[in-house]
Amino acid sequence: MTTAATFSRYADLPALIGLMEGDEKHTGAAASTLDVLWVLYDHVLDVTPATAEAPDRDRFLLSKGHGPAAYYAVLAAKGFLDVPTLRRWTTFDSPLGHHPDRVLVPGVEIGSGSLGHGMALGLGSALGLRAQRIRRPDGTEPRVVVLIGDGELDEGANHEAIAAAGRLGADNLTVVAIDNGSATHGWPGGIGRRFEVEGWQTREVDGRDHDALRAAFTPSRTGRPLVVVARVRNGSRGA
Amino acid sequence: MRETFAATVDRALDRDPRTVVVLADISAGLFRRSALEHPGRVINLGIREQAMIDVAGGLALTGMRPVVHSYAPFLVERPFEQIKIGLGHQDVGAILVSIGGSYDASEEGRTHQAPEDVAVLDTLPGWTVRVPGHPDEVRDALEQDLPGDHRVYLRLSGTANRAALPVGPRLHVVRTGSPRSAGVVLAVGPMLDRVLEATADLDVTVAYTSTVRPFDRAGLAALTAAAGNADVLAVEPYLRGTSAHEVSEALVDRRHRQLSLGVPRDAELRAYGTPAEHARAHGLDTEGIAKAARDFFLV
Repeated sequence: MTTAATFSRYADLPALIGLMEGDEKHTGAAASTLDVLWVLYDHVLDVTPATAEAPDRDRFLLSKGHGPAAYYAVLAAKGFLDVPTLRRWTTFDSPLGHHPDRVLVPGVEIGSGSLGHGMALGLGSALGLRAQRIRRPDGTEPRVVVLIGDGELDEGANHEAIAAAGRLGADNLTVVAIDNGSATHGWPGGIGRRFEVEGWQTREVDGRDHDALRAAFTPSRTGRPLVVVARVRNGSRGA
Repeated sequence: MRETFAATVDRALDRDPRTVVVLADISAGLFRRSALEHPGRVINLGIREQAMIDVAGGLALTGMRPVVHSYAPFLVERPFEQIKIGLGHQDVGAILVSIGGSYDASEEGRTHQAPEDVAVLDTLPGWTVRVPGHPDEVRDALEQDLPGDHRVYLRLSGTANRAALPVGPRLHVVRTGSPRSAGVVLAVGPMLDRVLEATADLDVTVAYTSTVRPFDRAGLAALTAAAGNADVLAVEPYLRGTSAHEVSEALVDRRHRQLSLGVPRDAELRAYGTPAEHARAHGLDTEGIAKAARDFFLV
């Protein structure tokens, strides 16, 4: 019997993904998010299985929903999920499907899969935390981090949320955009410009570089929401 | 009704820190004072209805009680998938409050009309749908629904009945027919006064509701059992037959006839004018209802 404690390191993530997808079959979508997810849960987000329902927790919203094996693997490594649960994924009575369902999985903040919902859900959560003046005991404000894909950005609903978040000055909202060049018609000038023109603080990093990601997620205290554009080449993996 | 809605929500903003209003410009002026008094709890996103619904879902995920408001077509139809995913699939609630139901915005044309709203929403599970027939019913409905966490559609109308009736889960009997009566007429929301007038000389039971979902199947079954015939005429202010399947379910254990009146499904009415003229065109004025009732009840 495996336990979470024996699968709690970054180096264990491929094995955890292998429990779901088989060792030979790592999809690009899952792998493109792996390092970002790890850095978020290992260094950035203030949330644990014990605080998964706490009002003052940080919230992570996987907007794109596709390829969630890396997400489930990180949740298992961090103790939100039992490792054996991974083996049964996508079966009828498994809580884990090809798109996550927040009602079924502890620690999953939103059900996603239909593209373009996470950013506005995240903006609403950020505005809700702020309206209720929710603070942690040390006085810090919890943050909301939403992961989107560059292809997902095609959905027009995202652009409503980008503009609204910028105007409303939601600086407790961070979006991390995984840019693996998957948008059919591309984003001339880069993804970051779509946010920048709406008043967001923009940072671009190598989506495999853990130190650079960690630095990029340093909270914005500028009255502006933060977007971290994480460039990733599908298939490449490194620390 | 819109003013009663705003006044009731204003009081909730004063009393309950969970209350938050989400707007897409429509009616923003009604909440201008509240926006100043309650920073962060009146959120106008501009003309962004998709964001409006998902932002409400996000607010609800943090424990707040969102009240979301716009014209019916921009509140229910344009962001329909946000309603399905951002609220329903997340298993969170909100109170969606529409104006311009059916043909209230008759002069505005088809783009501002949504007689399909209740039927469309009825495809999703777990919604309470309220169609008040009087401003006081708007207040009573909100006072019942604001403290909860459930999903509510509150459909405001431009026309009202003379008197308010109780808002609740049960059908309210307004007139009781004899044991040999021809059947039961169900009037929804602002249809009641004209239904009463149209059926004044018929021996029928007239029941009223402003709560169409969940539908009071047991109540309708009991009323038809007490009537001379298990025949039901349902008069709704929106798409014809929206509640026909509920009537069928209620009467599944007995032979019955049923007729639905509402906005016809077969053609788009390309006309402006007044709501009264649209009601006449749809057979939803007193004369139209009276003729349909006489034909249906075979008198």
